[in-house]
Amino acid sequence: MKKLFVTLFGLFFVTAVLVACGEDEAGSSNGDSEGGGDSDKPYIAVVSKGFQHQFWQAVNRGAEQAAEEFDVEITFEGPESESQVDKQIEMLRSALDKDPDAIGFAALDSKAATPLLEEAESEEIPVIAFDSGVDSDIPLTTASTNNKAAAAAAADHMAELIGGEGKVALVVHDQTSVTGVDRRDGFLEQMESEYPDIEIVDVQYGGGDHLKSTDLAKTMMQAHPDLDGIFGSNEGSAIGVVNAVKEMGAEGDITIVGFDSGKAQIDAIKDGTMAGAITQNPVGIGYETVKAAVQAINGKELPEVVDTGYYWYDQENIDDEEIQEVIYE
Amino acid sequence: MKTEVSNPGIEKRKSKLPFKSGALQQILAFSSLIVLILFFSITSRNFMEFSNIMNILLSTSVIGILALGTTLVIITGGIDLSIGTAMTLCSVMTGVFITFLGLPIPIGILLGILSGGLSGFLVGSAVAKMKIPPFIATLAMMMIAAGLALVISGTRPIYFSDTPAFTQVALGSIIPGIEIPNAVLIFFLMATIGYIILNKTVIGRYTFSIGSNEESTRLSGVNVNRWKIIIYSIAGLFTGVAGVVMAARLNSAQPALGMGYELEAIAAVVIGGTSLSGGKGTMVGTVIGALIMSVLTNGLRILSVPQEWQDVVIGIVVIFAVYADILRRRNT
Repeated sequence: MKKLFVTLFGLFFVTAVLVACGEDEAGSSNGDSEGGGDSDKPYIAVVSKGFQHQFWQAVNRGAEQAAEEFDVEITFEGPESESQVDKQIEMLRSALDKDPDAIGFAALDSKAATPLLEEAESEEIPVIAFDSGVDSDIPLTTASTNNKAAAAAAADHMAELIGGEGKVALVVHDQTSVTGVDRRDGFLEQMESEYPDIEIVDVQYGGGDHLKSTDLAKTMMQAHPDLDGIFGSNEGSAIGVVNAVKEMGAEGDITIVGFDSGKAQIDAIKDGTMAGAITQNPVGIGYETVKAAVQAINGKELPEVVDTGYYWYDQENIDDEEIQEVIYE
Repeated sequence: MKTEVSNPGIEKRKSKLPFKSGALQQILAFSSLIVLILFFSITSRNFMEFSNIMNILLSTSVIGILALGTTLVIITGGIDLSIGTAMTLCSVMTGVFITFLGLPIPIGILLGILSGGLSGFLVGSAVAKMKIPPFIATLAMMMIAAGLALVISGTRPIYFSDTPAFTQVALGSIIPGIEIPNAVLIFFLMATIGYIILNKTVIGRYTFSIGSNEESTRLSGVNVNRWKIIIYSIAGLFTGVAGVVMAARLNSAQPALGMGYELEAIAAVVIGGTSLSGGKGTMVGTVIGALIMSVLTNGLRILSVPQEWQDVVIGIVVIFAVYADILRRRNT
């Protein structure tokens, strides 16, 4: 019994460690390869919040596009998961050691990165923040999605789809994060100022958890049988709404507008359960980051924020090249 | 059997438990549930509709099944923090078996449930054989399972798009004519199984016995370690069932979910009158506890109470449930 158990436990861990190591190599192989600016080209080190996820791969593509266009050399790296703050700090450390001409950085933890950012500042290496940005005065600019504007666009589409009047509810991923608050407020403010005949009947938070969002969207539909539309503020929330409408058999009665992408959301748009969704433009985020870095190297003034834009996608344009570039399964 | 007869102390205590002192808390929990239902029926005209009752039952199913399994563990005086993420791991394994390996759905489901059993077996072994306190052992398994779910799935959800029948496991209805989702039926089936295990089998007797007094159970010749491993493994199988139901309902295995579900399940168990110090508890109580949680959440949402306040209210309910438990013990 004891032996069996020890063997089982051992096997379990060995397998886990092996699998984890395999992943690890795949994740970081790209990172350090390029070395630093030996050539005459300016060298920009980009340290992102992730690497493997398709979102970050799209950011990477955008960065490479800009690198080619402006004739600079870049490296792009990021930790495997968004909780690996220490790993990201290490990456930023080694990026600094390579003495780059500029740094692109999306902080997992701004405070943890502060000493390194101060070091960059003292060495006069310009820092460009991107995506969720860096909570600090040091970065010259931040290339990111204007979530408020993007959510306002979602509100415009929702209003158009339900004919400018009716009852709408929101399933938001959380009430404290910047994206949660901006997407909620962007949607609510646009509805309030532009569409007086649309009533917002409820705003609830499902933590981006698919199951919880499903249950709460169902409850909303129960509480408001005459609901016309529901906005889901991120992938988990939007899929929750889709599940809810399917489980209640209310396809077609409720207009669903989503945010972000993912296979389930793409499928729901293709089969018509979801009317459409807003996606960020990860390619644009990468592109604008490198572009801003180049401008900083050349001593140009930069605006405080660079809006990297967003796209609305629905059944009609989902197969367009431009959209396929920025959505992922 | 012989050992029990030779130790009338234990025999007497546990035979008394499910009926006498457990009954008060159960009645208390049950009447709170009735009061809540009445309150929401009066305050909201949409609450007492068939479709909403099905919503409530469906939203109880996953947490409820988790809570049933963990009731056994809590009665032994242990705790299982790993059930939330272990459930996610089971969802992911079901996805691996069905979508990646293309196994037939019933076999995939069975293997998914067995993954839960294995996880429970490992936790039980760590508790019983390595003498690691349950809180720590299951906390470790919680992290291991959360990590493995991400590693195995490649941090991406696994979809069951190729096997549309799979979602019927949770959302279909095997009873023709009445639209009761299978997930709800599975919940009640598991509750019945849990009831039988706890009240009609030797496993249940030892569960109470270990929770009441582990040392005297051991001294009376019971192989406590072995029974603990068995109990944790059974709880693991319940976790596996919850994982399959969740995957079927979402038509996908979402590797990042699950953290925090264990606390909701434990709250349901406690509200249902099971004592965290072990030795006392019932399956019926857990079912009622889980229902109280989801009736509260559902009702407050229907009344459009802001999320922040929903959590406050549920927290207060947990405090009162535990306080009632303490009062009861003082009286006996």
